[in-house]
Amino acid sequence: MTKKENPKLQFNTSWEYAPAPESTDHIRLKEKYDLFIDGKFVKPAKGKYFATINPATEQVLAMVAEADTSDVDKAVKAARKAYENVWKKMPPRERGKYIYRIARMIQERAREFAVIETMDGGKPIRESRDVDVPLAANHFFYYAGWADKLEYAFPNRNPQPIGVAGQIIPWNFPLLMAAWKIAPALAAGNTVVLKPAETTPLTALKLAEIIQESGLPDGVVNIITGAGATGAAIVNHPGVDKIAFTGSTAVGKIIINAVAGTNKKTTMELGGKAANIIFEDAPIDQAVEGVINGIFFNQGHVCCAGSRLFIQENIADKVIQKLKDRLETLIIGDPLDKNTDIGAINSKEQLATINKYIKIGINEGAEIYQSSCNLPKKGFWCKPTLFINVAQSSRIVQEEIFGPVLTIQTFRTIEEVIEKANNIPYGLSAGVWTDKGSKIFNLTTKLRAGVVWANTYNKFDPVSPFGGYKESGYGREGGIHGLMPYLNL
Amino acid sequence: MSRLEILKTYKIYIGGQFPRTESGRYYPLKDKNGKLLANVCLSSRKDFRNAVVAARGAFGGWSGRAAFNRSQILYRIAEMLESRKAQFIAELQQQGSTAKAAEEEVNQSIDRLVYYAGWCDKYIQLYSTVNPVASSHFNFSVPEPTGVVAIIAPEDSALLGLVSVVAPCISGGNTCVVLASESKPLCSVSFAEVLNSSDVTGGVVNILTGTSKELHSHFSSHMDVNAIVYCRDNKDEIKKIQQNASLNVKRAFIYHKNWNSAEVENPYMILDLQEIKTTWHPIENIGAAKSSY
Repeated sequence: MTKKENPKLQFNTSWEYAPAPESTDHIRLKEKYDLFIDGKFVKPAKGKYFATINPATEQVLAMVAEADTSDVDKAVKAARKAYENVWKKMPPRERGKYIYRIARMIQERAREFAVIETMDGGKPIRESRDVDVPLAANHFFYYAGWADKLEYAFPNRNPQPIGVAGQIIPWNFPLLMAAWKIAPALAAGNTVVLKPAETTPLTALKLAEIIQESGLPDGVVNIITGAGATGAAIVNHPGVDKIAFTGSTAVGKIIINAVAGTNKKTTMELGGKAANIIFEDAPIDQAVEGVINGIFFNQGHVCCAGSRLFIQENIADKVIQKLKDRLETLIIGDPLDKNTDIGAINSKEQLATINKYIKIGINEGAEIYQSSCNLPKKGFWCKPTLFINVAQSSRIVQEEIFGPVLTIQTFRTIEEVIEKANNIPYGLSAGVWTDKGSKIFNLTTKLRAGVVWANTYNKFDPVSPFGGYKESGYGREGGIHGLMPYLNL
Repeated sequence: MSRLEILKTYKIYIGGQFPRTESGRYYPLKDKNGKLLANVCLSSRKDFRNAVVAARGAFGGWSGRAAFNRSQILYRIAEMLESRKAQFIAELQQQGSTAKAAEEEVNQSIDRLVYYAGWCDKYIQLYSTVNPVASSHFNFSVPEPTGVVAIIAPEDSALLGLVSVVAPCISGGNTCVVLASESKPLCSVSFAEVLNSSDVTGGVVNILTGTSKELHSHFSSHMDVNAIVYCRDNKDEIKKIQQNASLNVKRAFIYHKNWNSAEVENPYMILDLQEIKTTWHPIENIGAAKSSY
C-alpha cells in the first residue's frame, strides 16, 4: 500500500445536503417601483423604467424607475426644502427618535428584507439574514442616539449639519450601504438624496416604504433609482452640499474630478486589495477559515475582501492544501438555500469582469485552482478560485477583481511581507494571523490600511469606523469618526 | 573704510541639505525701494520631485518616533526661533512689515510652535476610541499620519502662516514639502535653517521657493504625495489642485484662515492630516465563568 501524501477529503459521496430553501411566499414586490421624492412615490419625468433581475435565475423581479436630471432636481429641491424648513430646525432629540423608529421597523421586517436582498443581489440568505439586515438596523439604532449628543463628540466646536447630502451606493451590500449613508447623515441633521445601484435597488425602495411609514418628514430622505447618468446628475447638481460615494476607485476619481472647484464636500469609500497574512505561528485551521471567509464572503464582492493571501514560506504547502480541501466543501448554488456558502455573481457584467481577470491570471502564468463543484445552468456563477505562483506585479495581484478569486504569495520575513502588503495603490483593510501579540501590534501600525483584522476577518459593527488609506478613499463610516463627514466643525 | 556686509545666498531646503535649485533659475526679490534683497531660487518640478523623495524617505522614521520625542523636537524649533528672533524681525521688515508687526509675527510663530509641540502626544488620546462592538472582539481606532503632504503656504503671512500649517502637519507625524510665499520668501529659508538646527531629521520638512503658478499642478499631481494643503485664493489653482487630487485620491485641503488668530490653533488641524485606523481582535469567550468580582 502506498502512503498518500495529502489525502483528499471525499465530500461527494454521502455528504450531500438536502435543500433548505428560505420561503419567498411572504414577499410582496410591486411590478413597478417609482421614485421616492418628497415623501411620495412619483413617476419618473420621462416615464422610463428598467428591469431588476434575480442574478441566480435571471428572472425579472420588478421594473424600476430611471431618474433623469429633472427627477434629480426635484429630489434635491425636496431635500433642500426639508432641510431648511423642517429637519435642521427640529430639536435633535426628536430627530433621533425618527431614526430609532426606522431602526425598529427594519428589525420588524428583517426577514422580508433579507429575502429580497438575496433575491435581488444573489448573496447567500445566511449572509443577508445574519449580516446585512441586522447590521443595517443596528446602524440606524446607533446613530439615532448621536443626534442629541453631537457637542460631546467634538469638544470646543459647535457642530452643524452640512445641508443636502447626495449619496451613491454600490450593489454589494445594498441595504447596509444605504444605512451607512443615511443614518449618520440624518443624525447630524442633513437631508439626503440617495441612489442605490441599478442592479440592486429593491431593498432601498423597501426602505423608502419604511421611511414613509415612519412618518419622517417629507423630503428628508429621497431615494431615486437609475444608473451612472442618474448618479452623475446628483454629483453635478449645484444644490447638493456633499457627495458621499461608495464604489470603485475609478468612479470615485471621476466624482472627485467633477466636484473640483465647487464647495461640495466629499467622502469616498472606494476599492481595496487587502493583504491577508498568515505567519508560521498562526492557528492554521482558524486562519484557513478566516482566509476563506475573507475572500468568499459575499462572492468576493467586498471592497475589503482579503484578496491577496501571504503565507510564510515554511507553512505554505500545508496552508495551500488546506485551502484547496476547504474549497471543495464550499456549497455554491441557490442563494436562498440556508446551506449555501457562495451565491450568484451580482450581474452579467461583473461576471464578465471576473472572467476577464481569471483569463489574465492564466495568461500571466499563474497556476489556477478551482473548486470542482457544479454550477447551476441559469444565472451568473463563478467557481471559487485560487491563483498560486503569482508575482507582486501581476495584474491579478495589483487590481481589484471584486469576485471569488484569491491570489497566493509567500514570504520569509516580516519586513518582506509589510513591503509587499503595502506596495499597492489601495489601503482599505488587511488581515494578520499570528499567535504573537507583539507581532500583531507591530504589523497593525505598519500596514497602511484603515481596518486591520487580527486573527479574524470581515467583521463589521456600527461603532467601528470603516474606511481607507490612499486610493481606497477618505472619510470614515461608523463610530464617532463616522459623524465627521456630515458635520461642519 | 567701513566693513562690507556679507550677503546670504538664499537657497532651498531638501532632505536636510541646502542646495540651489537644480534648474539654475532665480527670481530677484526687491524691497519697496527697488533695492535687490536676494536672488531667490525659482524651484522646478524636479526640485519638488527630489523633495518628495526626501520626504518619503523621512516618513517612516518621523512617524515612528515616540510622540513625546516629536513634542520635544517641535519645542526645540521654538527655542531655536526664539534665539534668532532678531534676524526674523529684520527679514520681515525687509519684506515690508512694520517693526511692531514683525515682532508680533515672530512672537506668534514661536508660541504657535510651542502650542503644537504640546499636542504631539495628546491629540491621539483625544481622537482614539475603544469601540464597544457587539461581537466578542476588542476593537480600537487610532489616528495615524496620512504620509507625505505637499503644502502651498500662505502668501501674505510669510512666517506665521508657514509655521501654522507646518506645525500641525509634522506634529501629527507627517513629512512635508512646502512652497514658501513667493513675495516674502526670505524668512522661510531662514526658518529652514532653524529646522536644520532643531533635531528635525532631514527630509521631514522640505522648503522650496518659487511660484505657485508653476508648481501647484505638480504639487497636486505627484503620485507619491498623500495630501495637499493650499493656503492661497487663486480659484483656477484651487480647481486644478482638486482635479489633480483625484489622480491618486489625495486628501486636498483648501485653507482660508486668519493666520493671526487663535482659530488656527486647534487639534482639528492636526486631525485633517490623519487617517483613522481600526484594529479588531477576538476576545476569548470563557463560557461558564460569570465573574462578578
